[in-house]
Amino acid sequence: MTQDIRNYRITEGKPNLRRFHQARWDEPIIFELNQPGQRGVLLPRAAAEIKEEVGDVLASIPEMMRRKQHPALPEISQAQVLRHYLRLSQENLGADLNVDIGQGTCTMKYNPKVNEQLARLPGIAEIHPLQDEKTVQGILEIMYRFEAVLKEISGMDRFSFQSQAGSQSIYTCAAIMRAYHQANGEADQRDEVITTIFSHPSNAACAKVAGYKVITLYPESNGYPDLDALKAAVSERTAGLMIANPEDTGIFNPYIADFVNVIHEAGGLSFYDQANANGILGITRARDAGFDMCHFNLHKTFATPHGCGGPGGGAAGVSEELAKFLPTPVVGFDGKKYFLDYERPESIGKVRSFYGVAPVVLKAYAWAMSLGADGLREVAEVAVLNNNYLLKKMLEIPGVSAPYAEGKHRIEQVRYSWQELYEDTGISSEDIGLRAADFGLHYWTSHHPFVVPEPNTLEPTESYTKDEIDEYVGVLRKIAEEARTNPDLVKSAPHNSTIHRIDDHDTLDNPEKWAVTWRAYQRKLKQNKNR
Amino acid sequence: MMSSNQKKLGFIINPVAGLGGRVGLKGSDGKLIQLRARELGATPEAQDRASDALRSLKVSIGDQVELVTYPGEMGENTAANCGYSPVVTGEIESGKTTAADSRRAAQDMLEHGVDLILFTGGDGTARDICEAVGESVPVLGIPAGVKIHSAVFGVNPLSSGELAAEYLKGEIQTLQSLEVMDIDEEAYRKGIISPCLVGYLRVPYQRQLVQARKSPSPASEEGTLQAIALDVIDHMDDSCYIIGPGTTTQPILNALGLKKTLIGVDVVQNRKQVTLDANEETLLQLLENQNAKVVVTPIGGQGFIFGRGNQQISPKVLSKIDPGNIIVISTLEKILSLGGRPLLVDTGDREVDQVLCRYMMVITGYGNRIVYPVKGGRQSRG
Repeated sequence: MTQDIRNYRITEGKPNLRRFHQARWDEPIIFELNQPGQRGVLLPRAAAEIKEEVGDVLASIPEMMRRKQHPALPEISQAQVLRHYLRLSQENLGADLNVDIGQGTCTMKYNPKVNEQLARLPGIAEIHPLQDEKTVQGILEIMYRFEAVLKEISGMDRFSFQSQAGSQSIYTCAAIMRAYHQANGEADQRDEVITTIFSHPSNAACAKVAGYKVITLYPESNGYPDLDALKAAVSERTAGLMIANPEDTGIFNPYIADFVNVIHEAGGLSFYDQANANGILGITRARDAGFDMCHFNLHKTFATPHGCGGPGGGAAGVSEELAKFLPTPVVGFDGKKYFLDYERPESIGKVRSFYGVAPVVLKAYAWAMSLGADGLREVAEVAVLNNNYLLKKMLEIPGVSAPYAEGKHRIEQVRYSWQELYEDTGISSEDIGLRAADFGLHYWTSHHPFVVPEPNTLEPTESYTKDEIDEYVGVLRKIAEEARTNPDLVKSAPHNSTIHRIDDHDTLDNPEKWAVTWRAYQRKLKQNKNR
Repeated sequence: MMSSNQKKLGFIINPVAGLGGRVGLKGSDGKLIQLRARELGATPEAQDRASDALRSLKVSIGDQVELVTYPGEMGENTAANCGYSPVVTGEIESGKTTAADSRRAAQDMLEHGVDLILFTGGDGTARDICEAVGESVPVLGIPAGVKIHSAVFGVNPLSSGELAAEYLKGEIQTLQSLEVMDIDEEAYRKGIISPCLVGYLRVPYQRQLVQARKSPSPASEEGTLQAIALDVIDHMDDSCYIIGPGTTTQPILNALGLKKTLIGVDVVQNRKQVTLDANEETLLQLLENQNAKVVVTPIGGQGFIFGRGNQQISPKVLSKIDPGNIIVISTLEKILSLGGRPLLVDTGDREVDQVLCRYMMVITGYGNRIVYPVKGGRQSRG
C-alpha cells in the first residue's frame, strides 16, 4: 500500500528537524595524490611537418624567463581530480547548500546562476585588462552604466570600481579623506577619525591603515550614540566620520544627518559604510543625509558571490568636490566612445591594478537591471520584513534577547545575545554554533571582542523563504532546549559534521605551526626536522 | 593511580559565605552577623554553589585532577558528594569556621603545590585568600557571597568550574591580575559604600572577552597594555603625572623604567619618579605650584574611576585639576565588561563629581580612544 511520504517529514502538521549527516572522506591534500606520469588529458604529439614549420617554440621565450625546473604540481588523472573536489565540496556548508542566515552582516543572498553564465561568456571571460580600450568598449560601457545606477542609488557623483574588496573601497575613501585635508593644508592637524563600536570594523581598521587615530563612540540604550558623545569627540583634529547605518545591530540612527552636520561644522568629511546596504536600497540615500563618500560591497548587496566564489568587488563613491581624488583610472564617455581617464593629477593613485573586477561589475549590473528601481526597493522591503519575522520568532526562545532598542523593529539584521541561556546553562553562543552544524546549518561566532555578550548575528536577506527561516529558528529553539535538558550533548557537538572539534588551537594561532600552502608546509616540516 | 603530570586543584569553601544576603544583612562578615543570619532563617548556599562548580569541572576534566581540600564543610563533604576522593589537610572546628580558616587553608594549598585554588565565597573570602597567598598561585572564585565587587569570580558557579577545568587542561594558559575589592560591611549596613582595593589575584583569563582564536591572548592582553602605556608616554609634557593604582597603569611606569605601587598612587614628572605611594597631603603639596595630570583606570566590572581604591586623589586634589587633564585608560575588554553601564565617580564631594560627569575619552590602545559616559556612582546604586 502506498503511504504518504510526507508522514516521514511532518509531525502534527509541522516539519520535523532534518536528520542531517555530513560526509566525511578523510580526503588527502591534492599534492599527496601525486602519481608521477599521470595526466588529466593527453594531447596528441605534434606532427613532424608542424614541428618543422614552427621550430623550437621554447627558443622564442627569452632565456631568463624560462623555468629551470618543472613546476611542482601534482600529477593526477581527470577522474581523480573530479572525485577529489566533489568530496571536498561535500565536507563544506556552502552557500548553495545551507540556509546561510547565520552569517549575519555578510548579506548572504541568492547569486543568480544566469549572471554566472553571463560572466563566463567568451566576450567577458577572455578579455584582458591590458587590452586597448577600443577593443573592450563593451565592459567599459557596462562600468559606465553601472556607475550611473550606483549614483542614483546613493546620490553620489562619481564611483570607482578599482578595489577588489569592500575594505579596499573603505581604505580608498580614508585615503581620499587624507588627500582632501592635504589639499587644504590641514593633513597634519587633522589626524583623528571618528567611528562607532557597531560600525563595520573595517572603518576603524582602514582609518588606522591610512594613518589616523581612531575615536570610537559607544551606543546608548536606543542602539546609537548620543549626539553629545559625538560632540565630545569632535575637535579641530577631526578628519572625518566613518560610520555604518544601520550598524551591526540592525538599528538605524535617525539622527545621522545631524551627525554629518556636526562633522562638517568641525571641518571634517563624512563617509557612509554601505558594505551592507540591503535594508535601505531605494529608501535612503547617502548623499541626501549629507555624506561626502560611501561605498558598496558588490558581493553583499548586489548579489555577486562572496570571496570563495568570487572574487569580490568594491565600489567607492564620492561627491563632485572629491571626484578628483578617486583612484586612477576611472571610466569616461566622450559621447562616442568609452575611455579610461588617466589624467588625474590629484588622484590618490591606485589601490589595485587596472580599473575594476570586470565580471563582478557585470554580474552586479545584470542583477540591478533585472530588478529595476522598484525591484531594488522591494529587495530592501522583503529583507526587512523577513528580518522582523525572524526577530519575533527568535525572541520567543527562552534565553535569547536582542539588546538595545527593545521592542522596536530592526532593519536588515539583528545581533542577538544568548547571555541569559549561558548564565542558566553554561552553554555559550559558540557551543550553539557548533551544535547548529549537526543540523546542516552554519552559524558565525567570531564577534570578538564581545560588545553584546554571547552574540549571534542573523540576517535572512530577501532570499530565504518563510519555511527556511522557520527551519533555522526551529534548530536554534531545539538547541536552546537541549542546553537545558542535555547540555553535554551541546557541549560535545558537533556529532554529525565532518570535523568534530579542533581542540589544539595552537596549530591555528601559531605562525610557526600553520601552513597555508603546500610549499610552506614542506618548508616548515623541514625546519622542524632540522631542530 | 596518580600520574606525575596530574594537576592539583586546591578547593576551599567558606561555609558561611552568602549567609547574610537573602535575609538582608548585606554581608556575612563576623560571628555576630552569622548568628543573626541563622536566627533570621538563612541557610548557607555555599555548598550548593560549590557543588555546581565541581560538577561542571568534572564533566570537563573528569578524574584527571587531584583535589586538595579542607575538612568537612570547608570542602571535603562537597568534594566527596561530587565523586572526588580529595586529599584532606588541616583542621577546623566544624560549625565555627572563621576568616582565619580560609587564610590558613589557602596557605596550606600553596604548600601542597596546587596548580590553582578554586574557592567559594564572596569579597570577604577573596580578601582572605589574597592576604594569604597574594599573586603566588593562580586563584579563581565561585561566586557565593553577598558582596561580589571583586573581579576574580566566574560569571556563575558553572562557568567557574568550566574555567578551572580549561585552565588545568592547559586550554587557557593566560593569567590576569584582577582586583580584589572589599567594602566595610559595618558602614555598608548604614548605607555608606566605601569599597577599597585590597590587592590582586592571578586569575585564569575568561575567554568570552578575548579574541582567543584569532590571536593568542597572552600577546594581545599584554600588548594592548603596552600600547596604551606608550600612547600615554608619547603624549607626556612637563606636567607632573599622578598615576593611579592598577595593573593597567603599571606598564606606564614599567616602560619608563620606574617602580609602581600597585595599589597606591605614584607621581612622575619628566619621565622621572617624584613620589612613590603618595597620600592626599603629598599630592596637594605637589599641586601648589604646578600643573598636573591624572592617569586612572576603571575598576574592572564596576567602572569606578574615582572614589574606589584611589581615595588619595581626593575631591580637594581633583578640584585643582582641569577635567581635560584627566586621562582614563583601559583595555577595550574592561570597558565592554561594564555591559554598557557608565564609568562612575564617587569622590565624596558632589560638586567635584558633577564636574567629572561628562563624556570622557578613554585610551584603549595606541591611537585608539573610546568616548564613554561618566556618572555619579552614589545615585546609581539601588
